[in-house]
Amino acid sequence: MSVRKGGRNSGYGLYLIPGVLASLAVIVVPLVMTVGVSFTKWNGVGDPKWIGFDNYTRLFHDDLFWASFGHILLLIVAMAVIPTFVGLVLAAVLFDYVAKVLGDRWAKLFRSAYYLPQVLPVAVTGIIWVWILHPSFGALNQILDTVGLGSLSRDWLGDPKYALFSVMGVMIWFQFGYPIVMFMSGLQRVDPELYEAADLDGAGWWQRFRHITVKMIRPELYVVLVTTTIAALKIFGQVFVLTGGGPSNATIVPSYFAYKNFFEKAQVGYGSAISTVLTVMIIVLAIIFLRLQNRSRV
Amino acid sequence: MSVIAAPSQTDSTVEPPAATAKKHRRPGRWVVLAVLLALLLLVVAPMLVIMVNAFKTPSDYASNGPLALPESISFQGIIDFWNRIDFSRKLLNSLVTSLSVAVLGVLLSVLNAYALGIGRVRGRIWFLVFFLVANLLPQEVLVYPLYYISKELHLYDSPISVIIIFTVIQSAFGTYLLTSVYEEFPRELLDAAEVDGAGRWRTLWRVVVPVSRPTLAVLFTFFFIWTWNEFFLPLIFLVSNENQTVPVALGVLQGDRLMDATATSASALVGILPALLFFLIFQRTLTRGITAGAIK
Repeated sequence: MSVRKGGRNSGYGLYLIPGVLASLAVIVVPLVMTVGVSFTKWNGVGDPKWIGFDNYTRLFHDDLFWASFGHILLLIVAMAVIPTFVGLVLAAVLFDYVAKVLGDRWAKLFRSAYYLPQVLPVAVTGIIWVWILHPSFGALNQILDTVGLGSLSRDWLGDPKYALFSVMGVMIWFQFGYPIVMFMSGLQRVDPELYEAADLDGAGWWQRFRHITVKMIRPELYVVLVTTTIAALKIFGQVFVLTGGGPSNATIVPSYFAYKNFFEKAQVGYGSAISTVLTVMIIVLAIIFLRLQNRSRV
Repeated sequence: MSVIAAPSQTDSTVEPPAATAKKHRRPGRWVVLAVLLALLLLVVAPMLVIMVNAFKTPSDYASNGPLALPESISFQGIIDFWNRIDFSRKLLNSLVTSLSVAVLGVLLSVLNAYALGIGRVRGRIWFLVFFLVANLLPQEVLVYPLYYISKELHLYDSPISVIIIFTVIQSAFGTYLLTSVYEEFPRELLDAAEVDGAGRWRTLWRVVVPVSRPTLAVLFTFFFIWTWNEFFLPLIFLVSNENQTVPVALGVLQGDRLMDATATSASALVGILPALLFFLIFQRTLTRGITAGAIK
């Protein structure tokens, strides 16, 4: 038996060493490098040239930069707000209604099916939807034609007026199963007797939803809101495969904007400045979320 | 979060389950069910369309359109596509990468969360903030230096670089989540292990890991699927044909002139199938719930 020195919590620090070292190499050092490069003019070879805040002032006057952040706001609605709300209601309905009336199996079946789009590779999602939304041979326009709504058919991804909304639609489809899975697993913590007690007190479904369901899964609610909002800010793959940021930059997002500067235009300094701004935004948002979460715990 | 004690005085008056269920039998039931089914159809319709068309011949597609059932089942599109991009190779690449990341990522998360959630090491809040922020960082802010460093280390265009990077990125999420689970780990179990003379290392493997296995299984599942589906970093790091993962191979094929509608469907189908397979296999772990490790 080993003799333990110090308090009950000593000796745990060792377990953090691998995580800290790995994080230094993969996260901290590259992060610091990117921030550093954002103050330089650099094409990826040779020595970066220090130019101070020039990249940032350039960003500030770049319409494309503002447009890309505007698009992100709409994508947050499509990827975080709507899926969280829909997911919350659906999780509650599945847990507390379908599972009771039709049986647990059905609730699980629905949940799995809704989660399905999440497991598809982004590239496959892209292939499917580009084809479904194709103006001439896409399935959506053909369906519209078949049911006599041909006048509604559009060049869904190719028309700058609709492209972003089409991407939003695809993202809702892609995203809303994730909150359902998270919320339903959180609901497993809820003591059934709590619901029965509420039933006895004559509480309606909505009351139980608000006072028991939402309250009990608050930890999951925060996790889902944080992760989906951040996912929206970081979105790249879907835009890459659906529209490539086009048509005429109608769907450009910050990460794609940065990618283009890094790897297509070889403007590494400028790309770094874009990434840095995006990162600062995300961290600020995270701090706000964390504050809210801590406050609700007290 | 607080564990709410069940009001035990209601025990005697609780209705039997059958009576509770009866209360819900209202006409509203069918509306709810219809909405759920309509949603279900919306979700799976795109996949059904893909399946229908992947088995068509190009001429069948040309004459009957995308919504008709195939005249005869043809595997030609799938076979052609499979051979054209050497799909077996991409599958293997994806499998090795995702599996390695899932295992290593869970391991790293457990070690971190053990120190932070159970050990409550000093400065744990700052570590947690770091892991949260790390998890939230856009990959764009890391990509260029990682690209540069991996070239210097001759790890560019190698699965190893991708595995290392994703292990760290995924475990940032895992640490954050698992720590909150471990914070509520029953102290009795830890104390019992201590009484039995188990050290930190043994307690971790004999008590903490087995008890939190459901949560670890969920993490493993998420890590695997997320890594399998990752696109941005593999797109940049795995440039040569032989190293590409499935999503990268499919993504760069898009817009290829050789891809007609049936070939597109076939490629989507072979992209879906592995994901679907893992999903079915992992489904059981998902049902156990992400916070199942927090024992009541």
